[in-house]
Amino acid sequence: MNKNDKKAHKFGMVIDLDKCTGCGSCMVSCMSENNVPFKEDESNKKDSITWMRVYKLTNGKSFPETEIVYLPRPCQHCGGKGDHGHSPCVSVCPATATDYGYDTGIVSQIYTRCFGCRYCMGACPYHARYFNWWDPKWPEGMEKYLSPDVSPRMRGVVEKCSFCYHRYQAAKDKAYYDGREDIEENEYQTACTTACPAGAIVFGDLYNPAHRVHEIVKPDPHPASINSTVVGKSRNPNVFRLLERLGTNPKVYYLSEREWVRKAGDNYLAGEWDKIKNHHGSESHG
Amino acid sequence: MDSALIPEGAKRCAFPKFALGIAIVGAVVLWGVYAMGLIWWKGLNQTNMNDNYGFALWIWADLAVIAVGGGAFFTGLLKYIFKVDELKNIINFAVIIGFICYSSALLILAIDIGQPLRGWFIFWHANVHSMLTEVAFCLSCYFAVLTIEFIPNILENRQANKVPFFHHLAHNMHGVMAVFAATGAFLSFFHQGSLGGVAGVMYGRPFAVREGLLIWPWTFFLFTWSAAAFGPCFTLLVTKITEAVTGKKLVKDNVVHLLAKISGWMITTYIIAKIIDTIYWATVTVPGLGLDIDHFYSNNAFYGYWILFTEIIICGVIPGLLLIMKSTRENPTLRLLAIILGVIGVCLNRWVMVLQIMAIPVMSFDTWALYIPSWQEVATTVLPVAYGIILIAVTYRYLPVFPQEKELNAVQPVTETE
Repeated sequence: MNKNDKKAHKFGMVIDLDKCTGCGSCMVSCMSENNVPFKEDESNKKDSITWMRVYKLTNGKSFPETEIVYLPRPCQHCGGKGDHGHSPCVSVCPATATDYGYDTGIVSQIYTRCFGCRYCMGACPYHARYFNWWDPKWPEGMEKYLSPDVSPRMRGVVEKCSFCYHRYQAAKDKAYYDGREDIEENEYQTACTTACPAGAIVFGDLYNPAHRVHEIVKPDPHPASINSTVVGKSRNPNVFRLLERLGTNPKVYYLSEREWVRKAGDNYLAGEWDKIKNHHGSESHG
Repeated sequence: MDSALIPEGAKRCAFPKFALGIAIVGAVVLWGVYAMGLIWWKGLNQTNMNDNYGFALWIWADLAVIAVGGGAFFTGLLKYIFKVDELKNIINFAVIIGFICYSSALLILAIDIGQPLRGWFIFWHANVHSMLTEVAFCLSCYFAVLTIEFIPNILENRQANKVPFFHHLAHNMHGVMAVFAATGAFLSFFHQGSLGGVAGVMYGRPFAVREGLLIWPWTFFLFTWSAAAFGPCFTLLVTKITEAVTGKKLVKDNVVHLLAKISGWMITTYIIAKIIDTIYWATVTVPGLGLDIDHFYSNNAFYGYWILFTEIIICGVIPGLLLIMKSTRENPTLRLLAIILGVIGVCLNRWVMVLQIMAIPVMSFDTWALYIPSWQEVATTVLPVAYGIILIAVTYRYLPVFPQEKELNAVQPVTETE
């Protein structure tokens, strides 16, 4: 992604886990907004589609020290090693059916090109990709409520969170109509962001210092000194990304004041966390 | 009733007995075809795969048949390029086994993809960065090469060979086969390797990811090496089974010993490389990602250290040693044990590199995911085996597959009872 390109964005999200109540509004709004199909029996979560999935984490301690946190997990829109756009899924798709938008940082899925090999699902460590094991079916009458802006997917293809890309397209169209070159922060917000009653999700352009997401995350543009494949590490001590050490460079950040929550975001060897928990951003660049 | 088609001088069982055998195995084929039809008609919901297990039994079967089918390219390379002339007595059979394995692999892929009618997108919209693209191209091209290698043997059928054109075509194709053997070896190097690369490039999966050379992770080279090492074991195993079923000696011992010796050295060198790779992965790669090796072999009901020990020691080091030592290699029982262990070992390696990868949690709050295939998956996986048995039976009956068969069974008829 060329940051010097004035028109280039890097859309990302920060989710305040201390605010999230686990109500599931983000999941519902996402399914509704994006015409996500569902099964008659949703009890088996391993083959149901939830672009946004809320995980329940505990600190593993018994009462009265038990703490719980809910962790919403959309597609992480990884920038890949070095943030060069070779996301784990994009680089493996044999038919270029998933692509990286260098102008937005969004990982897209081209449903009509996907032939359902599922390699991308295997490559994604976040389980953010879902396969359409069945034909999509909605109860009679409900198809009238489908969004006309998002194409429903057919059986046999992979789908995932798009950061509500159709909303970005609509915002761009409006800006063009208004004679503006770019869109405002509030013109492009994902469905989950707008639906969250606690205001736990903040969405915007990680390149734009005026955007709230940038203010909270304070992304370091330089590679981390301890792992050069990690770019965009937060300089906010309470912000972390999932599995950051793999070098996937997600654009979804999480915020929590609780140390055990931040630790749960990645894997650490015994005693390792205490050594590196205070590394924020790129140490070599202050 | 079909005696005019049987190679001259060769003894075959009566046609009704042959037809009965084909019918029994054919019933298994029909079972598999029925399951295949269900999957194509109703979709992959007929399987027990899920979003954790996007790759499952079929992909393992695919990788396994390609690995054991590696005997074709490696034997061809030895025979035509390195001029190991004794192997001319087993090359036909190695090619047939390779043909069966690769046609099965393509069939499995056609069943496995969610949108079978879009299978050609992998060529049309090819992503040059994807290992799977490399697999698709090289696999298809190599299957074409195997078909070309198979054709002369088909044309040597007693009746076909009476047609002058077919006779000369077969003769001339034999003459230029070195070109195809070299092409096959080149293509095999890349598709065997890229199948290993499929796992090795998944840097989101710490169990799979490997460092490597340029764009190729170490698994790329290990897969090619292991296919060349264990593929001949499978060729020898199927030859042994065919000899047992037909009650005839079909290949001379010196040929078997030679191929077993080459396989033994390949296995031994491979397993040394595999051990080095495993140690490096366990002590450098994985700790660098915040994990220790226990993470991959504990806290679940199936995957323990036993699988690592079985793959590397029991089914790697032991068959390697048994086959490089003359005394054990030339002992029929120990040789058979070694080639069986070898075939299990390479299949186990492919299992680990497909299914165990999918089973292991990566996020700290994720859990292990185990899976049991549905009957439709099992039936479609058995299908290629049944198809292979039929093709071997038909080719053995009607084609001069084993050049030494006549000599071995005419001179020493006593060996028929062995």
